[in-house]
Amino acid sequence: MSGEARRTVVAPASVPALARHVKMRHDNVRNRWLVLAPERVFTPDAVAVAVLQLCDGKRSVEAIAVALEQTYNAPKERILLDILPMLQDLADRGVVTA
Amino acid sequence: MSLVATSAEQTPAVGPPLGLLAELTHRCPLQCPYCSNPLVLERAGAELPTEVWLDVLEQAAALGVLQLHLSGGEPTLRRDLEEIVALAAKVGLYASLITAGVLLTRERLERLAALGLDHVQVSIQDADPGNADRLARYAGSHARKLEVAHWVRTLKLPLTINAPVHRQNLSNLPAIIELAVNLGAQRLEVAHVQYYGWALKNRQALMPTRRQVLDSVELVERARERLRGVLVIDFVVPDYYARRPKPCMGGWGRGSINITPSGKALPCHAAETIPGLVFDNVRDKRLADIWLHSDAFQRFRGTDWMPQPCRSCEWRAVDWGGCRCQALAFGGDAGLTDPACAKSALHAAFTQIAEEEASEPARELVFRNPRAGRDAEVGRR
Repeated sequence: MSGEARRTVVAPASVPALARHVKMRHDNVRNRWLVLAPERVFTPDAVAVAVLQLCDGKRSVEAIAVALEQTYNAPKERILLDILPMLQDLADRGVVTA
Repeated sequence: MSLVATSAEQTPAVGPPLGLLAELTHRCPLQCPYCSNPLVLERAGAELPTEVWLDVLEQAAALGVLQLHLSGGEPTLRRDLEEIVALAAKVGLYASLITAGVLLTRERLERLAALGLDHVQVSIQDADPGNADRLARYAGSHARKLEVAHWVRTLKLPLTINAPVHRQNLSNLPAIIELAVNLGAQRLEVAHVQYYGWALKNRQALMPTRRQVLDSVELVERARERLRGVLVIDFVVPDYYARRPKPCMGGWGRGSINITPSGKALPCHAAETIPGLVFDNVRDKRLADIWLHSDAFQRFRGTDWMPQPCRSCEWRAVDWGGCRCQALAFGGDAGLTDPACAKSALHAAFTQIAEEEASEPARELVFRNPRAGRDAEVGRR
């Protein structure tokens, strides 16, 4: 193995962004948000949509959690517990980089 | 989040299709003996003109198609690939180029990327160059493919390596996985050959033993674990040794449309082998009309068409009855239970054939080309 490619580990300080080749868009035919990737179509739920819309390559995971405190009426620590595994899973699938 | 795959218990109203496979041409410089194209290849003169493809893709996007697979044959043989990619980008189709690569230049790939191509899938025949070139019947093809894969990554496009596997390359599976990693692929498709068309013709020479299949399953599982977050491996297992059939195409007429070079709309690659089905052509009818109402798409859609034991089977809305073309090829009737299913009366014979064929020395391969296809058809009559 060349050792060049490494698994991305998502931490609170990580700065996630949608991978270059991934497209999130609202589908007017199905009336829902979709994430398009090579040979994959993901159907994010409302929380995932809110998180992915904040994955702009500038905010950290922690900052995203803070931004969502009001929306979900929960402290950022609680939100981090939900969104860290979600973002790790998406990183493993190549949907987000961090 | 999950893949789009509903498993409604009742036959649902027809939803919009997710994917469209555009077989732009059946022409191809390679002659792989497991090609998914039909034995009777469509001629260049019968291919759809550019304006029809552009219109069809616009219709497809409006109908709800999300993923466009530009395939063939070899799609880069079409001089209008640029126009097609540009249109796909304009109407919001996620465009994948499924290519053998050998005819691509770096300049053309750059142009396609700039026009909005989203993803490139390069097929390889083996990790061993000599065997790969032998299977493709094209000297130097493997080296060219590696070069193209490198360009794809240099242009920062996502790369999938597609590796059809069978008894004549399966022992190199570890090397195939390492090759995909070293090429910087995000995704590897390890696809055990599916036995239709050319592969069915060459089944004896390609069929692995049960042991080889089980070993490959274990090997892929271990690689997936080791390469988590580095390489996604999609794995297609052969169903000759299975107990339950695969949900072929995710269910007949549920998510995909396949359009042949001449414009026939099919529910799957091999559907034309089924006698009595009427296939509408995109030259004559709107795609939405074909999807919703055409005989070919309606015939095996949902669960109402099913015989017993399928009709009352708890898996009927999971595997959607498996594969109709296989039921036809093996049982002589596309309406039968898929012989890959343990509940089929033909299942024991189906598995036995695989075991017998795999245990004998491989016969000579019939390579995919128009003449061999015509000979095969004549032989069948």
